[in-house]
Amino acid sequence: MRRRPDPADLRPNAFKEGIKDVKIGAPKEIFEGEARVAMTPDSALQLQKLGYDCLIETGAGDRAGFTDEAYKKAGVEVVHSAAALWQASDIVIKVREPSQEEAERLHRGQTLISFFWPAQNEAMLETCKAKGANVIAMDMVPRISRAQKMDALSSMANIAGYRAVIEAGNNFGRFFTGQVTAAGKVPPAKVLVVGAGVAGLAAIGTATSLGAITYAFDVRPEVAEQIESMGAEFVYLDFEEETQDGAETGGYAAPSSPEFREKQLEKFRELAPEMDIVITTALIPGRPAPKLWLEDMVAAMKPGSVVIDLAAEKGGNCDLTVPNEKIVTDNGVTVVGYTDFPSRMATQSSTLYSTNIRHMMTDLTPEKDGKVVHNMEDDVIRGATVTFQGEITFPPPPPKVKAIAAKPQAEKPKELTPEEKKAQEKAAFRKQTITQVSLLTIGAALLLGVGLVAPASFMQHFIVFVLAVFVGFQVIWNVSHSLHTPLMAITNAISSIIILGALMQIGSGSFLVIILAALAVFMAGINIFGGFLVTRRMLAMFQKS
Amino acid sequence: MDFGFTTAAYVVSAVLFILALGGLSGQESAKRAIWYGIVGMALAVVATLIGPGQGLWMLSLIMIAGGAFIGYQLATRVQMTQMPELVAIMHSLVGLAAVFVGFNAEFELNRVLVMDEAAREALTGFAAILAHKTPVEINILRVELVLGVWIGAVTFTGSVIAYGKLAGRVDSVAKKLPGGHILNAAAAILSVVMAVWFFNGGGFVALLVLTLLALFIGYHLIMGIGGADMPVVVSMLNSYSGWAAAAIGFSLGNDLLIVVGALVGSSGAILSYIMCKAMNRSFVSVILGGFGGASGPAAEVEGEMIAIDADGVASALEDADSVIIVPGYGMAVAQAQNSVSMLTDHLRKQGKSVRFAIHPVAGRLPGHMNVLLAEAKVPYDIVLEMDEINEDFPSTDVAIVIGSNDIVNPAAQDDPNSPIAGMPVLEVWKAKQVFVMKRGKGTGYSGIENPLFFKENTRMFYGDARESLDRLLSLMR
Repeated sequence: MRRRPDPADLRPNAFKEGIKDVKIGAPKEIFEGEARVAMTPDSALQLQKLGYDCLIETGAGDRAGFTDEAYKKAGVEVVHSAAALWQASDIVIKVREPSQEEAERLHRGQTLISFFWPAQNEAMLETCKAKGANVIAMDMVPRISRAQKMDALSSMANIAGYRAVIEAGNNFGRFFTGQVTAAGKVPPAKVLVVGAGVAGLAAIGTATSLGAITYAFDVRPEVAEQIESMGAEFVYLDFEEETQDGAETGGYAAPSSPEFREKQLEKFRELAPEMDIVITTALIPGRPAPKLWLEDMVAAMKPGSVVIDLAAEKGGNCDLTVPNEKIVTDNGVTVVGYTDFPSRMATQSSTLYSTNIRHMMTDLTPEKDGKVVHNMEDDVIRGATVTFQGEITFPPPPPKVKAIAAKPQAEKPKELTPEEKKAQEKAAFRKQTITQVSLLTIGAALLLGVGLVAPASFMQHFIVFVLAVFVGFQVIWNVSHSLHTPLMAITNAISSIIILGALMQIGSGSFLVIILAALAVFMAGINIFGGFLVTRRMLAMFQKS
Repeated sequence: MDFGFTTAAYVVSAVLFILALGGLSGQESAKRAIWYGIVGMALAVVATLIGPGQGLWMLSLIMIAGGAFIGYQLATRVQMTQMPELVAIMHSLVGLAAVFVGFNAEFELNRVLVMDEAAREALTGFAAILAHKTPVEINILRVELVLGVWIGAVTFTGSVIAYGKLAGRVDSVAKKLPGGHILNAAAAILSVVMAVWFFNGGGFVALLVLTLLALFIGYHLIMGIGGADMPVVVSMLNSYSGWAAAAIGFSLGNDLLIVVGALVGSSGAILSYIMCKAMNRSFVSVILGGFGGASGPAAEVEGEMIAIDADGVASALEDADSVIIVPGYGMAVAQAQNSVSMLTDHLRKQGKSVRFAIHPVAGRLPGHMNVLLAEAKVPYDIVLEMDEINEDFPSTDVAIVIGSNDIVNPAAQDDPNSPIAGMPVLEVWKAKQVFVMKRGKGTGYSGIENPLFFKENTRMFYGDARESLDRLLSLMR
């Protein structure tokens, strides 16, 4: 099945230069409970289109629902041991950060692409540097528009948000949607989502589409619009503070002031007894998760309610969260602290993650010729690379392009009181009257001035002229915008009325006059017929639907 | 026939012409209005032919027939995208005819003035009218005549240049001879001098020099105006051709000429005013050519243009419920109106709402886009004006910008230093997603950077508009 680089293979770079194809290998994840895999049969096909050969460790995709057979069908070579795969691959793609054992297998010049969390894993960074491997951390992809397609954090967060609602439903004893049935009325579930990042928004979307009444809170007021667009109600705080612009921090929330926090907790306390399901997703980069759902709030909740803490890995937003476990409190509230939500939907998350990886490979292979160009000038690649050619390149310099354009401090137009408005209208009316009257006065004065010197015969014509201009202005203002081109064509046609002058002159006078008049008649003739016909043609085209 | 009949016919004609213009207020009434215009014109010509003092009507008829033949050919062959050129070249004919008629009046006048009393009495027709004028009236006649010839000559060369620019035969970039507007001003002053000389017995030479000066002004003025300002120029020339006819009407003592000239003149003036308003520029600054200097550096545009292929656009259109298409001159250049129409048809059949947003200065002629879309059989009730549709962009899923640039430039609202600051624009960026169909990455006619292309919800769909649309259509079917 697999295309081997034999002489029959006429791909120029494989044949002429005699270079063996670059191999991308995906090992089986060895982390306890990890079900995801970094390569799917679909992504393998796409990677081969970029000119790479693909390897996979046997059984790597089993828990995500991809069999070895499926990989073979997609042209992937199945390798029987992890050691052999690490040995044979030029590029290793993984989901979880490498374990010590895996890092030992790296060799010089090899590229590793996976989640890495370089800030928390300095020892691992040193190991990789010592091994001479180039490491691209998928969690370090900068948050700019161009890099969205490889933003694995967002795709995983999206799944986590969805799964959080499903998990909550699993532990919640009632419907999400309100129903009136023959057996009685069912109230809808009330869901509160704290933190409207990608995971939060995904959770909002899932909860509303299941029929729950959803509320959401975030410290960044600018996300209110996004929250409302997903169908949830934004929980506003009565708090006056120089609000921070989320754009400054790369689209993430920053820690808030103590006063703000107090106000926020007060609001949560007020909401706690009403809420059936609370999903917390609040994270601050590089810090433990803020405690937002305190013990007393859990105690205030109704029995049977559920708290899903998506921040459990970072210590949790809820006081009672036990990472990786589900506990039930004394008052019957279930607190779920799982940290492996994406892994619980391994098929979906593998598909999205492998697509993120594939996009990363596309950016690394600008010529689509199976050759990696590790361009450290590129903002995205530079940002994600944490070790390169025996050097630690973390942390990266700030990207040249800001994540989100800073919002200009728009000044609100002043609300006018009714009196002011009235006064304004009055002033506008007065102004209009004054201009109109003064224009009329000037016009009349001019006319009178002309009348004083001009003979009566001229004045007769002049009156006709002025009236015609006046009629023209009145009539033309009513012409609809869409008919401006026909208007030009028809005015063009009727301006050939000049033909009358030529016709009057053609009969009398010298030879020269006759010639000029005849030419004028001829030209005006073209204009009359051309103008009218073309107008008719245009007007006939306007049709109603 | 006596003079009374001709006058009566003129009155009827004038009323018919006013009705013809007034009828253009709606698409349906316009179809009737055109006939009023035709009948009015026919009546006027026939009345003049059989009226007093007409001779050589055989020659007249032959010339009219010849003109009719050529006019018919022009009108039936012209492509709708070439309308601006056609209108411009036709204005030049009116201008030239006005010049000729003005010259004739001068010849006749001189001939009549040298005759003695007896010979004057024997005159008929136009010459007879001249013969009965008092010296003051003759002076006034000369003033009107000079005005008619001067405006006619400016219209003539101006229209020829405008035609050249629109047809691409003359470089559309604003160009001026060394000296610029001083040259124009000098020519205008010289014209006045010539006119004074002419009134004081300068004779035909003065008139001829004056005409040549006017021809130069027409040429130089329009050469100095860039292609993007052509809608204003064409409507301005339209206006001039009317004023020229009115001035000639004064000198010939013909009320119908005056009425029609005034109608056309005011119509053109209003169109120019509307166009200028739509570009937020004063009439003077358009005529003086080029964009005024910006008051400071334009805001830096941040971000990047993101390209998209036909697949992406097709799937976005599949998902969209409401679509607004913003066509511009680029659509006319690519001859894409039929493809646009087919796409519209296809989307409408799927139950989506599709509408068109037309900016007043889209294209190179007032109302240019409406005519093109009508030609492609897009129903006119989904083609809306800027004011009617601008509020609807926030509730629109997809906005497609086809070959327009400045009229969708958000810098006009956001950046006070932009050369087009304050110009009303279509707020396409408020739609959920914007696709910009464009030939390449360059700036438009005016050379102004467009921040729209860098917005987060904007995707650039590069390529020839017609080919891209056809590809899109084949994908969607």
